[in-house]
Amino acid sequence: MLKKTPLNDAHRKLGARMVEFGGWDMPVQYSGVIEEHLAVRNAAGLFDVSHMGEIEVRGPGALAYIQELTINDASRLVNGQVQYSAFCYPHGGVVDDVTLYRFDAEHYLFCVNASNTEKDFAWMEEILAEGDFPGVTLRNVSADFAQLALQGPAAEAILARLTAADLAAIRYYHFAEGPVDGVPAIISRTGYTGEAGFELYFPPAAAEQVWNALLEVGREDGLVPIGLGARDTLRLEMKYALYGHELSPEISPLEGGIGWITRLDKPSFIGAEALRRQQETGVPRRLVGVQMTEAGVPRADYPLFVGAEQVGIVTSGTMSPVLRVGIALALVRPDCAAIGTPLSVGIRSRRVGAEVVKTPFIQK
Amino acid sequence: MEFPEELKYTEEHEWVLVEEEIVTVGITDFAQDSLGDVVFVELPEVGTLVEIGKPFGVVESVKAVSDVYAPVSGEVVEVNEELPDAPEVINTSPYEDGWMIKIRLSDPAQLDDLLDAEAYQEFVAKQD
Repeated sequence: MLKKTPLNDAHRKLGARMVEFGGWDMPVQYSGVIEEHLAVRNAAGLFDVSHMGEIEVRGPGALAYIQELTINDASRLVNGQVQYSAFCYPHGGVVDDVTLYRFDAEHYLFCVNASNTEKDFAWMEEILAEGDFPGVTLRNVSADFAQLALQGPAAEAILARLTAADLAAIRYYHFAEGPVDGVPAIISRTGYTGEAGFELYFPPAAAEQVWNALLEVGREDGLVPIGLGARDTLRLEMKYALYGHELSPEISPLEGGIGWITRLDKPSFIGAEALRRQQETGVPRRLVGVQMTEAGVPRADYPLFVGAEQVGIVTSGTMSPVLRVGIALALVRPDCAAIGTPLSVGIRSRRVGAEVVKTPFIQK
Repeated sequence: MEFPEELKYTEEHEWVLVEEEIVTVGITDFAQDSLGDVVFVELPEVGTLVEIGKPFGVVESVKAVSDVYAPVSGEVVEVNEELPDAPEVINTSPYEDGWMIKIRLSDPAQLDDLLDAEAYQEFVAKQD
């Protein structure tokens, strides 16, 4: 039985095409992936991301616990700030990539990937039980939140019509609490598209009200609902990792392109030893952006070659709606990771020309 | 959704226009709608021999890769050269500008197994 977000009926009424995603019945597209993608780049789009999980950490030892659990440095967070982070296994593979919200020194909230929620919560309980973190409590509060992402150049103007919160005062990767259409919400200036915009967390009972209110007040600016299809192409153009593709138990954060949040200088965290060793001996493969130089669409698991030799594998690929050319994220041997390296992609029986390019693929 | 009366259809969602021994082949309105935005098309070369029920080409949408199957056996005598540069035509005009290949039939009896518009429409209705 697939899980449903509180907006399931709303999606069906809008004529969305529904698909299974990580155990959830989710809209993959409404009008079409390319049209939706361009709407977010040029105007604004509204995403139902209520499938995402939320796990609360409270207590006096919350920071010490989170520092052990995550690879980024949570001690740098101030109240009202968000941090992109990840959990690793001791061998350095990734449990999940997450965002971390600090409400105060004894109250944090993780937003985690939908399909990983139960696994993450079990992992967090295990780490809590093994360590000495006095007074820390964990709660899986995923069912307490609906989540919408409002993304695009018009997002702020649209949201301002439904809230008295001072949006301009919320800086990138910060959040505030305030009503949206009268509903108490967490208003977070974050997203997964590369565009300006917000992610909103609020009680599921109000999901349809807020969803409809936003679509209504945003219509004049071109706001449209966006499915998971465009969510994927938007994040790909930005080289944002997707768990299960660029990150996994078999892929370390140093390999998967999130070395920039891996704080090997922290005194200790789970996975640190393995990752420091990997850093010293050199990562066996690196995540790069690949763009086709000949016609073709790269897809996950297609092999990459230099000459006759396989040097890597595509982790995610698509036709870029903005560039109108095939783009991919790929794990390649470090000696083939330099920008400009000519490659070929094995597409069915053919070898199709491509090269390593600078990322993000589009200039923002 | 359109199901032109003058065409024949397959359960793999190809359409077939029969003009004596030459048949024109494309994918149906239902197929293009299911695929979504078509972004890439791979066609055989003229002169290729295609076999009934075997893939002759590929249509890719943003999300998915789909084989296109030969509705009859024969020799490819013409391909739609416009398609590789404008694959979206398959979405906008599946039965006309979005045609894919023309095949010279090797066995006209194979046409008897194709569906007519009414039968195909009934088949599609059972898909959802």
